[in-house]
Amino acid sequence: MSERDRAPAAPRWRDPRAEPPAVRRALIVAAVAFLALFLLLPLLVVFVRALEKGTAAYLAAIAEPYARAAALLTLRTAALVVPANLLFGLAAAWAVTRFEFRGKNLLVTLVDAPFTVSPVVAGLLFVLLFGAQGLFGPWLLARGVKILFSWPAIALVTAFVTMPLVARQLIPLMQAQGSDEEQAALTLGASPWMFFRVALPKVRWGLLYGVLLCNARAMGEFGAVSVVSGHIRGSTNTLPLHVEILYDEYQFQAAFAVATLLALLGLLTLAAQALLDWRLRRRGGA
Amino acid sequence: MRGARRGPLPGFGLALGFTLSYLGALVLLPFAALLLRALQLTPARFWELVSTPRTLAAFRLSFGAALTAAAVNLLCGLLVAWVLERYRFPGRRLLDALVDLPFALPTAVAGIALTALWDERGWLGALVAPLGIRVANTPLGVLVALVFIGLPFVVRTVQPVLRGLEPALEEAAASLGASRRQAFARVLLPELRPAALTGFVLALARGLGEYGSVIFIAGNLPERTEIAPLLIMIRLEEYDLAGATAIAATFLAASLLLLFAVNLLSWRQRRRVGAA
Repeated sequence: MSERDRAPAAPRWRDPRAEPPAVRRALIVAAVAFLALFLLLPLLVVFVRALEKGTAAYLAAIAEPYARAAALLTLRTAALVVPANLLFGLAAAWAVTRFEFRGKNLLVTLVDAPFTVSPVVAGLLFVLLFGAQGLFGPWLLARGVKILFSWPAIALVTAFVTMPLVARQLIPLMQAQGSDEEQAALTLGASPWMFFRVALPKVRWGLLYGVLLCNARAMGEFGAVSVVSGHIRGSTNTLPLHVEILYDEYQFQAAFAVATLLALLGLLTLAAQALLDWRLRRRGGA
Repeated sequence: MRGARRGPLPGFGLALGFTLSYLGALVLLPFAALLLRALQLTPARFWELVSTPRTLAAFRLSFGAALTAAAVNLLCGLLVAWVLERYRFPGRRLLDALVDLPFALPTAVAGIALTALWDERGWLGALVAPLGIRVANTPLGVLVALVFIGLPFVVRTVQPVLRGLEPALEEAAASLGASRRQAFARVLLPELRPAALTGFVLALARGLGEYGSVIFIAGNLPERTEIAPLLIMIRLEEYDLAGATAIAATFLAASLLLLFAVNLLSWRQRRRVGAA
């Protein structure tokens, strides 16, 4: 009773999980400043520099034939690589999460391996396979098959670099979901192709998430592709490589103009991810 | 497939067969090529290629900058995760979605954007130039690029843990008389530490190998701002396959060793926290 008497007339009840307003404000300002410095400004500067000579110059830079050829190669590479890694991700996740077998941990580690390799080293690996002094290079070149410095090498390194992205989304998701529905479908006499009717719809949003990431990375890959492409304009130049060439030639406005295409791709990917996140959270869980 | 316990579900052979062939062709074979090529070099020649001052300087820069950037991201990542999860303010959802930008923005675009910001005439470079700070074409530029590229990792590993924490945890700390600062240091931080360390390791791994975002801002002066992946690229452009292979094999081995050591440390940490 005596304690209550000493308390101020209107007891200031404080949420034990809340910080003093001054601390809260300082933390928000620090975090927003950090994100503005490292995320917003870099994004903004791309568009400002791309438009510094007006929209006509901007449009000219992205409609230029070499830029169009580079965009086409980038799209074709992604169209090849993303479905391949999608199939791989499904197969790997199905094997790892639905069956027990020896060496499973090793397999999961191998799936992650491309993440620990520098893109430049990834490119070098394929030079060592298909280059003129490589493991298969001389044999293939003698038969007129050229892989290095042409689109097959670009597709191969891109597939290597983006390999884990779909699998890494699917494995934890399928692990968490378990296989009750599939078992039930099987008991009810579903054919082995029930995979496409039961197992696939269960993971469709996670799958889409992985595909989006894989696609963004495939279209934007720079270091690995730079090693194996040969930088032949109009033929083995992807969009990111085209940005570098323009930049090195001091055509800054054109470089930033082409870069906006890639930045827009990145922003679209983020928007789609945010939409997926929101959808998933509203449904309460995976 | 000895030792395989096949459930009643179909597709084990097909799924595992495809997975193994794909991995074999795309991952194991290329690594075998690197190993074979590296083994063709005599140890003396290998050492000669790797121990030049230029190569050693590149290794020092790559490891030093990647470790520093991951440490910066550890601190700033904790801050950002905390602010995004605990406070409500205008623009929060937009910033939350933008955190993944470094994953989605091609590295070459990040590279030219950061250079445009930080060179002497750039928006930010011109701002710090009077203070005598130069960012572009210095090791500081490498750091800036690696902080950008590693930014999402700690935020994204810590956020779900923060979201899942029981309010009772902090309420108990407060009712037992802990100040807010004590509650954070003694109750919250131990809970967040494993996730934060995982994010640190991921940012470190990414930073070690990063190429595209660094080369534009670094200026690439030999022995000063030249990172190891760039040196491998230069050796390749000189048709020095032996030099490129030796540097790449050493760099890969050193990176894996470092990541293994850091993983071991964080695993021990986790075990200690789990036991406590």
